[in-house]
Amino acid sequence: MEDNRKQIINMRGIIKRFYIGTPNELTVLKGIDLDVYEGEFVAVVGASGSGKSTLMNIIGSLDRPTEGEYILDGIDITKAKDAELSGIRNRKIGFVFQTYNLIAKTNAIKNIEVPMLYAGIGMKERNRRAKALLEMVGMEDRMHHLPEELSGGQKQRVAIARAMANDPAIILADEPTGALDSSTGRMVMDIFHKLHKEQGKTIILITHSPELAEECGRIVTIKDGEIIGVREGRGGVAV
Amino acid sequence: MMLGENIRLALSGLRANKMRALLTMLGIIIGIASVIAIMTVGNSLTAELNNEFASMGASNIDVMVTRKLNEEDISDSGMIYSSTSSNKEPKDSDFITEEMLEAYIEAYDDKVYALAASENVGQTQVKDGNLYANVAIRGVNLGRLYADKKEPLAGRVFSEKELAGAAKVCMVSDKFVNNMFNGDMEAALGSTVYVELGNKNYLFNIIGVYEYEQMTYYFETVAEKDIQTELYIPLKTAKNINHKSNYEEFTVIGEQGIDVNAFVTETQDFFNKYYENSKDFEIWAYSMNSYMEEINSMMGTTTLAISVIAGIALLVGGIGVMNIMLVSITERTREIGTRKALGAPNSSIRIQFIVESIVICLIGGIIGMILGILMGYGGIKLIKSTVFAVSVKSVLLSIGFSMAIGVFFGYYPANKAAKLDPIEALRYE
Repeated sequence: MEDNRKQIINMRGIIKRFYIGTPNELTVLKGIDLDVYEGEFVAVVGASGSGKSTLMNIIGSLDRPTEGEYILDGIDITKAKDAELSGIRNRKIGFVFQTYNLIAKTNAIKNIEVPMLYAGIGMKERNRRAKALLEMVGMEDRMHHLPEELSGGQKQRVAIARAMANDPAIILADEPTGALDSSTGRMVMDIFHKLHKEQGKTIILITHSPELAEECGRIVTIKDGEIIGVREGRGGVAV
Repeated sequence: MMLGENIRLALSGLRANKMRALLTMLGIIIGIASVIAIMTVGNSLTAELNNEFASMGASNIDVMVTRKLNEEDISDSGMIYSSTSSNKEPKDSDFITEEMLEAYIEAYDDKVYALAASENVGQTQVKDGNLYANVAIRGVNLGRLYADKKEPLAGRVFSEKELAGAAKVCMVSDKFVNNMFNGDMEAALGSTVYVELGNKNYLFNIIGVYEYEQMTYYFETVAEKDIQTELYIPLKTAKNINHKSNYEEFTVIGEQGIDVNAFVTETQDFFNKYYENSKDFEIWAYSMNSYMEEINSMMGTTTLAISVIAGIALLVGGIGVMNIMLVSITERTREIGTRKALGAPNSSIRIQFIVESIVICLIGGIIGMILGILMGYGGIKLIKSTVFAVSVKSVLLSIGFSMAIGVFFGYYPANKAAKLDPIEALRYE
């Protein structure tokens, strides 16, 4: 039934090895097949060392698989050059990190403008969109605050707004609540749900928390570099 | 990514780290300041010397009779020594005659504006009761007065008739008038000066007063009253006193716009035709112009040499910039990783850090330039030079050079940043 929806991620037999050709060669991903369709909210869960970070790097086009096929929103990532990968990250992926990774000494609105800057969007348009995005995450009154003047939850909201800057095909959130207390984490999760439900964003959430994973539409469990289970969550599919 | 955005980014980075930025710039500031200061002082000195030479008549050509350097006078080592055999004092007949001068003026009518000649007679003290004035008596023609810019303050210069007739008239300085006539020039004009020279006495009628001009580099040790000034008499009068009719030396005042250096050679060659058969004497012509060029090139070389040393300070400054850029990039590894994750291509990262390096160097360069000009100004005041000439060339060169340092020493760190692996960079603690 999902087949008639637009496929955002199409991974076949993804293998990632490190230290190739040396005695301590390490296979971190041992053949991952993963399909993600537009509007899905997918949780990738796994213990640390399971390979989920490596998978996330490959999904986010920060890294290329050693073997296998990966089509992201119609683009063959395995064949893309480095310079093309940065363009793909810029337009197709919205990263949200556990440690926020806002650029220091740069205020909230300028932080949100960064991806638009690399996309070559003009100053006025950048500013207009950054403001709209800040409003969306409820941070319009902290526009000119520097990251060090913001709380963790506020920083993460700015980071989510930044991830949305170029209207990417997927939001890739790596333990977005990992550094937050539960109530702030809840608020951040609510923003993801809002993006998913109201805007139909495709979101991949990487987490080790079973509770958060349960909120998503589909839960993919990884262990030792292999997908050991895929099941439905409570979150369902966007309207 | 746009340049303006990069510059803004670099400036905000510097603002956030003011002390570090200043220390980083210090090398550049010192380097640029010393280059500009040295070049400013050098330039000002050269300009002042040129002015001095110009006022001395840089385009005038001095022509004089000198002893011929015979081959035996030049030793194997190229040293010139006087050989007693040819060490003759020139006689009046060895000197340049009136006829030669007339032929010369006729040949180079279009290039010669005037000929200036003088004849020193002697030094003495003119006395009148308690009043006295020290004078050097000097016979001059009109060309000499013109070349020395002696305009009459009162009275007039010599007439053609007085010059040709060896009249007993004279021009005295305003100082002379101060000493002898209490500064009353009208009283001085028409008065007679009684001059005792050797055991002979001469009477000269004062027909004009000129303004005494102290030589710039003349260090005054005598009292104002004792300053010796020149008492001008017609050239022929002086020659008669000295029992001479010919010219040992004279000065050619060239027409404006002539090629002085070429004309020096032409003039020397012209007169040497008359000395082809002379065993002991020949004509030597020279102009301040050629000295001026020599001095200018010497000053230029010196300035350049010192500037090179100052340039080494710039190099050290540049290395300092590179060092701090490497530190800054290490500190900002996560930022670089984040930017890459957000879609910055390597080129954007590279440009961002090169621009930052250029901005550091450029700000350092501008501060250094201002300091250098101030230091140059101080240096000029210190050596009491009157000309202050900031070398525009050195300013442009310094700014360009500091930008080049920014690019050169910024490229390696920037490239290192651009090549960072985003995954590693994001994981960096």
